[in-house]
Amino acid sequence: MDIDLILRVYPHFLKAALVTVELSVLTVLLGLVCGAAAAAARLSRFAILRFIGAAYVSLMRGIPALIFLFLLYFGGPQIGIQLTAFQAGVIGLGINIGAYMTETMRGAIISVDHGQAEAARTLGLSQFQSFRKVILPQAMRLMIRPLGVNINAQIKGTALVAAISVVELTYTAQRYIGSTYKPFEMFFLAGILYLIIITVTGKMISFLDRRVRLP
Amino acid sequence: MTEKTPFVDIRHAQKAYGDLEVLKDINLTVSKGEIVAIIGPSGSGKSTLLRAINDLDPLSSGEVLLEGVQVNKTLPHRQYEKHINEMRQHIGMVFQHFNLFPHLTVRENVTMAPKLLKGLSNAEADQLAEEQLAHVGMSERIDYYPSQLSGGQKQRVAIARALAMKPKLMLFDEATSALDPELVEEVNLVMKKLAEEHMTMIIVTHEMDFAASVCDRVIFMDGGVVVEEGPPSVVFQNPTQERTKNFLRKHLAQYAESSK
Ligand SMILES: Nc1ncnc2c1ncn2[C@@H]1O[C@H](COP(=O)(O)OP(=O)(O)OP(=O)(O)O)[C@@H](O)[C@H]1O
Ligand SMILES: [Mg+2]
Repeated sequence: MDIDLILRVYPHFLKAALVTVELSVLTVLLGLVCGAAAAAARLSRFAILRFIGAAYVSLMRGIPALIFLFLLYFGGPQIGIQLTAFQAGVIGLGINIGAYMTETMRGAIISVDHGQAEAARTLGLSQFQSFRKVILPQAMRLMIRPLGVNINAQIKGTALVAAISVVELTYTAQRYIGSTYKPFEMFFLAGILYLIIITVTGKMISFLDRRVRLP
Repeated sequence: MTEKTPFVDIRHAQKAYGDLEVLKDINLTVSKGEIVAIIGPSGSGKSTLLRAINDLDPLSSGEVLLEGVQVNKTLPHRQYEKHINEMRQHIGMVFQHFNLFPHLTVRENVTMAPKLLKGLSNAEADQLAEEQLAHVGMSERIDYYPSQLSGGQKQRVAIARALAMKPKLMLFDEATSALDPELVEEVNLVMKKLAEEHMTMIIVTHEMDFAASVCDRVIFMDGGVVVEEGPPSVVFQNPTQERTKNFLRKHLAQYAESSK
């Protein structure tokens, strides 16, 4: 392994890793927003909202994220949507991971014991109050770890935007292979950086989970 | 309230799950301060009837009235919600499995609803929690979480939580069935205390001796109907119906067996 080469190029990889972090943060935030909205829709008492929520989830889980990304970035201009590669990456992957997060959130909400809502409603709390004060605080605790799994998948999933030339970690590795002909070193370096990002994120999620855990 | 208006009035209560008729035209009145036990075999519809009183399990047809006001009104969604939330504030309920809120301390379990629904300040709510918890002998555990309590303690907190809303009526659905035998008594004592304070109570129970010692009236249900009702002395000692006799034979035998 060419250590000298790695030491020479790694500052560029660090910069690219920052883009990967940025992409991860933005896609996860968008995913959380989409997920919360769609989970609320799926649990709504209105059939039309439930249908829309379910359609979103099956659509996004039924097509490869890469195809959706291509559709948005390459196909978008055809229907009047003009996005930069970075924007398309954030929006495409955010909407995509949101579908998985929808199911995570919905699963956590419905796994809160039904007796909890009954007790709250029996005291005279409204549906909304019982959700806000009783169901949600318990569901949030339950969803931290499974959302962590979604986030882990999403960080790795940001590599897809290399296919539309966003200069992040995977794209950078590929570009340096073009000039150095050293794929092992380049992918090794990129892999290490992904590992660091994911490990740190995982630790943060465990920390949060422990912080809010009940006695 | 005139003499003629019963405190709780259940009229022609009928409930079916698909083809299964769980309640068959039940008529029942309870007067203010009365303590009524509902007994009967498993699946006879006791819980369904109790949960119909606060419309947790809505009836298929029939009416439930509290002080002459219909609880299970048919209204458009928003109006129904407003109405039922108002009615439920007057009807406390205690569940077999306690259903305490695990993310809240004992204090917060008791104060949440009064704060939200009656706009109590923190100081007022704290005072209320202290009073109610003292009443059920749980003052020392006020800042514990439910998971740190025994079953009997949990149930006493659940009773305090219901009482904090100052209900007119309390419903108990097998409040002691999930408890270890040695923890049953502490909950029974709290319920006895409420009885002495003339709280109106409807108690679904499997404990015949408790029903006999605390309740003014016993209702024996089987197959979705009220088979027999009367003062405990009559229902337990001189039942007239064959089904009641059979049920009591089994249960009193069990009781005799378990208390040996
Ligand atoms: N959600 C439901 N769907 C269908 N059937 C139900 C439902 N809830 C209750 N039942 C049925 O209704 C009948 C009465 O149930 P209920 O819970 O009122 O009985 P119970 O007298 O309280 O019995 P137990 O002593 O076991 O608590 C039973 O046959 C039960 O299987
Ligand atoms: Mg029952």
